[in-house]
Amino acid sequence: MAAGATSMFRDFLRRLLKNRLAVAGAVVVSFLFVVAAYPSAFARHDPSRIDVRKILEPPSADHPLGTDELGRDVLSRMVHGARISMEVGFVATGIATAIGLVVGLIAGFYGRWVDGVLMRFVDIMLCFPSFFLILAVIAFLGPSIINIMAVIGLTSWMGAARLVRAETLSLKERDFVSAARAQGAGNLRIIFRHILPNALAPILVWATLGVAGAILVESSLSFLGIGVQPPTPSWGNILTAGKDNIEFAWWLSVYPGLAILVTVLGYYLLGEGIQDAADPRLKGR
Amino acid sequence: MLRYIARRLLLTVPLLIGISLISFLVIHAAPGGPVEMATDLNPKVTAEARERLRAYYGLDQPVHVQYAQWLGRMATLDFGQSFSRDGRQVSEKIGERIPVTLSINVLSMLLIFLVAVPLGIYSAVRKDSWFDRISTVAVFTGFAVPTFWLALLLMILFGVKLGWLPISGLVSLEYDSLGPAAKVWDRTSHLLLPVFVSAFGGLAGFSRYMRSNMLEVIRQDYIATARAKGLPERKVVFRHAMRNALLPFITILGLSVPGLLGGSVIFESIFAIPGLGQLFYQGVMSRDYPLIMGALVIGAFLTLIGNMLADVGYALADPRIRTE
Repeated sequence: MAAGATSMFRDFLRRLLKNRLAVAGAVVVSFLFVVAAYPSAFARHDPSRIDVRKILEPPSADHPLGTDELGRDVLSRMVHGARISMEVGFVATGIATAIGLVVGLIAGFYGRWVDGVLMRFVDIMLCFPSFFLILAVIAFLGPSIINIMAVIGLTSWMGAARLVRAETLSLKERDFVSAARAQGAGNLRIIFRHILPNALAPILVWATLGVAGAILVESSLSFLGIGVQPPTPSWGNILTAGKDNIEFAWWLSVYPGLAILVTVLGYYLLGEGIQDAADPRLKGR
Repeated sequence: MLRYIARRLLLTVPLLIGISLISFLVIHAAPGGPVEMATDLNPKVTAEARERLRAYYGLDQPVHVQYAQWLGRMATLDFGQSFSRDGRQVSEKIGERIPVTLSINVLSMLLIFLVAVPLGIYSAVRKDSWFDRISTVAVFTGFAVPTFWLALLLMILFGVKLGWLPISGLVSLEYDSLGPAAKVWDRTSHLLLPVFVSAFGGLAGFSRYMRSNMLEVIRQDYIATARAKGLPERKVVFRHAMRNALLPFITILGLSVPGLLGGSVIFESIFAIPGLGQLFYQGVMSRDYPLIMGALVIGAFLTLIGNMLADVGYALADPRIRTE
């Protein structure tokens, strides 16, 4: 069993490494992890040091990406902002995945009215223009990073729930589940030992794409002024400054957006690559 | 068919009630209400005056009573009065904004449809060609572009550097003094960037979706039959394959309503467009409860209508669905 699992994983890894776009995505994501873990190694300046003599300076040798409206170094702010984006992306997606797993497993496994009630709830949640709801809740609770993570997580789990439910529905009819039941395994054991591990690949793919989505939502919120609050740097709130100074300082608009684009693209490519490698039959679809 | 539509309409009622209940609870559970917003900065306001204000807004009642009252008014389509200074009817305030948001969204859907369908078909027919590869990379990039950033870049390019297009509002200040042709161009030029930006986000997803539908359909037996009987490839692609590949597309168009509405908050705030998204944003910032509730319910209602139109459209287009 253990040997079989290892070789399956090795096959998966080999297929993943053959996919050049997926490798590119993985490189981007790993690089971001390093930047987020050691921001001071990449930022030459203190991200919150204000210098009134250097307001809105275009890119130069000392400030490769220019300075903002308070004379702060844009590159340093972006490097520190990377950490915030990654944290929000991961925690929010973690919350969403956890809820989705629980709801999907329960609905799929127990079926009948439990399934009916939970799936109607999912339908209701899907009807909200979720960005409206996120906006309302953050504005009311106050835009702390914890609140942002929680609200994004609480409004984005429905896709995961549907996915897990569908997987569970098909897995619970398989022979190995019947075999486990015949051996006297209880519901919980079947769910955690037999169904959950087999549903992990699609969830991993969903979560990888989910991190990208959460980063996008966080940056939109910060851009609108109700996400990460200055002086804490985030890619979204640097872009707000870019919009306010749109006539004089293009570098404030161009670079942070580029960082978001590359990050999100990295996660998408990695997620797609994992999907293709986990289920080669679906490749190119 | 009519019975099907009627049943779907009936089903939306419990969904709407569920949506409004959740919205109501979320909004009212949050700390700090409109009374606090209005009085916190004014030390002269007495506790008694606050209570009076709270009673005036009906906020002194327990939440379930407030919800019951709100629901009762909703039954007569009365959304209540806005808490803001002007104190106008919420239905009126939302009503004048909806055409703006809806028309931009309809235009951008049209644009999405016109670009994504041919792009998806061509990629699928020429699978693994250079065109397909480039468009695949472009599509992924399109997924990843934050729309507000794209808006900023376009504003810098066309508004600031080139000076070709206006970057805010729906019409220019001197709109009223323009001639008829100039008026049309004025409106169009104000709409170009917002429509393009709101369409861009959907473009990637839809063309990808069209491509995979097309790939699915092309493998079917009836396509092989069509080819075997010697039909030209054009006919096979556009008559037999495209029509079937378009079917699931209808559903997705319906499902994209909440995303488009949510996106309207962003592009309306960037381009200073007086639409539903901007109104909602202002309402949230000033804790205008009736307005927020109204906008959330209307948004959900539009979503449900979108879903229903999609299902009905699908049933009309695909006889296999109708018999079920």
